[in-house]
Order: sequence, then C-alpha cells, then structure tokens
Amino acid sequence: MSKIPQVLRENEQEILTEWTKDMTSATRRADLMSDQDFKQQSTRFLQLLQEAVQSGDVSDINASSFSQLRDFLGNLSVSRARQGFTPTDTAMFVFSLKKPVVSLLRRAMQANPTEMFTDMQALNDLVDKLGLFTAEKFMKSREEVIIRQQREMLELSTPVVKLWDGILALPLIGTLDSARTQVVMESLLQRVVETGSVVAIIDITGVPTVDTLVAQHLIKTVTAARLMGADCIISGIRPQIAQTIVHLGVRLGDITTKATLADAFVIALERIGSSVKKGGIPAPVNGSTF
Amino acid sequence: MERIPILQMGEFLLVTIQVDMHDRLALALQDDLTSKIVQAGARGVLIDISSLEIVDSFIGRMLANIAAMSHILDAATVVVGMKPAVAITLVELGLSLTGVRTALNVEKGMELLRATRGHSSGRAAY
Repeated sequence: MSKIPQVLRENEQEILTEWTKDMTSATRRADLMSDQDFKQQSTRFLQLLQEAVQSGDVSDINASSFSQLRDFLGNLSVSRARQGFTPTDTAMFVFSLKKPVVSLLRRAMQANPTEMFTDMQALNDLVDKLGLFTAEKFMKSREEVIIRQQREMLELSTPVVKLWDGILALPLIGTLDSARTQVVMESLLQRVVETGSVVAIIDITGVPTVDTLVAQHLIKTVTAARLMGADCIISGIRPQIAQTIVHLGVRLGDITTKATLADAFVIALERIGSSVKKGGIPAPVNGSTF
Repeated sequence: MERIPILQMGEFLLVTIQVDMHDRLALALQDDLTSKIVQAGARGVLIDISSLEIVDSFIGRMLANIAAMSHILDAATVVVGMKPAVAITLVELGLSLTGVRTALNVEKGMELLRATRGHSSGRAAY
C-alpha cells in the first residue's frame, strides 16, 4: 500500500511551506503574478492533488479521481500562457513539488527502504505526468492563440475595395493558398452582388510568387466572377512574374492582364463607359470670396 | 408536369427559373426553349437563375447546352443573377460555361442583349 496519500494528507501545511519557499525567484515570476494569487494557486493545487490520490491509485492521471485536478491544471496553464510565463516556469511549478514530498517520504519510511523506493518512483511518475500534462495544455493554449491570429490575418488581408461605381478592386497581399483563395473568392463575389459591380480588378502586386497552383486559383476566381456577370482584370504583374507565368506554361486564356492598377483602372472605366479627364480648377462661383 | 414559363418580350425571350431544377425539368426547358425560339424568331434569350440555390454538373451542362443551341438558332443567350455559391460550385466542378454570356441582373442582361443586337449586322433594324 502506497504511503503517498497519507503523507500528503498529514503534512499538507508543511509541504506547502517548503514547496513555495523552494521555488526560486525565477520560477516564481513575482513580476507576473501577485503573492496572493500565487499562494492561492499553490494551496488549491496541493489540496486537489491530495484529494485525488486518496483513492489509492497514484499512477493514472486520466482516472476520474483526477478530473478536478486536470481541470485546475488546464485553467492554470491557459492563464499562465496569457500572462506571459514561459513553458519552463509553468512546468517547474509542478515539478518543484517533488523535493519537499520526497524528503517527507524519506522521513516517514526510513525503516523500510524497499517500500520507500517504490513510493518514490510512483511519486516521480505522478509528478512527471502532471508536469507534462501542464506543459502540453500550455502549448495547446499558445497554439490556439496562433490559430486565432492566423484567422484574423486571413480576414484582414482580403479587403474588397470599391473604386468607382461599378468597379471593385481586390489588392492581394501574401501567398495565395487554397484556403485563402476560398475566402478571397467568396468575399469578392459577395461584394459584386452587394455593389452591382461589373468590373473587378485583382491586383497581385503583393503576391510574392506565382506558381501553377496560384495561377490556377486566380483563374478560378476570375471564372467564378465571370459566371456572375462581372469582368475581371488582373493587374500588378511584375516582370519576373510575367516570365514565370510563361515559363510555367500557364495559359491565362482571355483574361485581361495589366502591369499596374492604374492601367487596369483606365480599362475598367472604359468598359463601364466612364472616363476621367484632366481639367482646370473650376472658376470660383460669384459671391464666394475668400 | 410542371414547366418553366418562357415569356416573350419583343424579340427576346425571358426565362425565369423560380424552382429548384431537376433533371427532367431541365430537359423539358431545353425542348420548350428551342421550339419557342424558332416559333417566335427570337434574337436573344435571357435566363434568370437568381432563385437557383443548387446546381450539379448536369444542370451546369444543361445551361451550357441551352446556350449553344440558342446560338445555333441565332439567338444570343445571357445567363443572369447567378449566386456566389452557385458560381463557386460550377468553377469547382470544372464548368466555366465558356461561350455563355453572363450579367449581374435582368436589367444589365437586357442591356447586354440590346447592345449585342445593335452591333450585329444591322438585322435588328426593321
């Protein structure tokens, strides 16, 4: 029978004191978390651990008796990830528990070295698993932040701009992959319907490279817009990209292409039957003196 | 059996698809439309699919076929009002409907038809 539950139960206060004292200032990170919060977290963690091991099973942290502790650790790592703790800080919070408990175990079981060894190993295993669990949760919450930012960037990077009555522009910045093409296509078509535009200019000045896949995506977008009754012009084709397109053997078909957005805009105006011309400054209206 | 109405507006025919197209309906439309073009001597066909929510490869091909047939019968075809989702689906299916002219809505479609007639061979002038 393992002595760990008993040791934890009987010496809770002592372990807590030793444990918190032991935690080095680096792990403690007083700059990120107040003393009171820290004390509260440590107390709660120890209490939940103590309750969890009372069932006698100290090897399986996925057991139902550990569910509260798992939830607590999950929340702890998420909040620490947001507060700016490093993974080491967070994992060390759990790992540093080993030292005080080991010394207590040693004292309690001096008479029986074999049992002591078994228990120490069990304790080691348990704390390792909890530490790894915490680290994993920590990473996961960090990854969630990254994924969220990626999604936000995706939305930010595909604005559809109305240039003129009936003319839309879609300045693309960054690499075009399948997921992004889908977003681009949907937002473009949606805006075509909303604004009743007949010409859309897709500007690829900000697209670093055009390979066959990107070209394919561009052609798809242009075709979909054409099906809805909007003409597309692709502009912002840099010299290198023009060379690449030809070398790759990509056929852009009858898609109108222009070197600059300005050229494309002139063509677009022509198509909708408007024009812009240079004119003198209109004479001031009588009576409006400055 | 239900049929899709074909309305005559001067020298143009107007087809408004208000229900979900199923295969037999599409075939019936193909029959009706070709007969009507010949009978009315129509010079243009306007197909409004703004209520069409679902297309499959068959319906997509039917649209292309109808356009090609009308073209043979010397009537220009304009498909108008395609929804974004439908457009994306057709592109993903690999149906780009080349040869079919498109417009955003009925009004713009009519303009396009008139412009086409105006440009071609002066036959429109009576």
